[in-house]
Amino acid sequence: MILFCFMETDMSMFIVIGIMFAGIAAGYLLREVELLQKIGKPISYTILLLLFLLGISVGANKEIVDNLATLGGQAFLLALAGTVGSMLAGWGVYHLFFKERSRR
Amino acid sequence: MKGSLIVVGFFALGCLLGWSGWLPDAVTENDITVYVLYLLMFQVGLSIGSDKKLKEILGSIRPKLLLVPFATIAGTLVFSALASLLLTRWSVFDCLAVGSGFAYYSLSSILITQLKEPSLGIRFATELGTIALMANIMREIMALLGAPLFVKYFGRLSPICVGGATTMDTTLPIITRYSGKDLVFISIFHGIIVDFTVPFLVSFFCSF
Repeated sequence: MILFCFMETDMSMFIVIGIMFAGIAAGYLLREVELLQKIGKPISYTILLLLFLLGISVGANKEIVDNLATLGGQAFLLALAGTVGSMLAGWGVYHLFFKERSRR
Repeated sequence: MKGSLIVVGFFALGCLLGWSGWLPDAVTENDITVYVLYLLMFQVGLSIGSDKKLKEILGSIRPKLLLVPFATIAGTLVFSALASLLLTRWSVFDCLAVGSGFAYYSLSSILITQLKEPSLGIRFATELGTIALMANIMREIMALLGAPLFVKYFGRLSPICVGGATTMDTTLPIITRYSGKDLVFISIFHGIIVDFTVPFLVSFFCSF
């Protein structure tokens, strides 16, 4: 059962990545088509639709709605972790590799 | 900032509609989401493939410049893994998947919800997706508000690293203002590279 679940997750990952690569290939072949340079707009509409749908499944689930404050707290912790981690790494890279250049 | 508000607005509108119970069950037990996700991934691919500047940018890669997105990714992942020690409810890979959004909240939250559903079940997958949405929006807000502070204490690259995948668009004006105009190119380059890794890293960590 566990193996089955793993495989199923794995499959959807490959489908998602595969579709993206199909898009990259199609985009490259059709790169001279003027319309494609404006793909940003439809992407943001699709994203809005998806977030709207995600909102529906969040709102329709009573357990999640009751848990929203806890989820927010967990999200804050992860946001803080990502911010602090990347900030420190950026500091390290700056001091080790980039600082002389900025003094010039 | 206006874009983020619209995004939050749509999400909140969906929440209200789902919560109100007005929608027929057919909509709430949606299978359409996954097809809309496929559509989105295809569009993301189209935009990468047809991007004419991308070739120039990839051509101008110098190894040293790659250190900046590398720092962003490594720093975020290490600290997300550390945070998972405090979040007993989620596995280290769940936390890494959320961290791999690098402030690209829309794509990461949707990918996580869809890809985690088979292993975690609808409820926990939606919870983790919601966490990813909130965590990555918060990260963008921290990058926008904290930029002057980061520059002051942690050098000019730190706001770029905190900005993650957003440093070529939403946080670019703030970064150029506080880190300096000479870092515009690094900032855009960094944003493109990190943005590109989001779908790969998120789906990779979701597969555990």
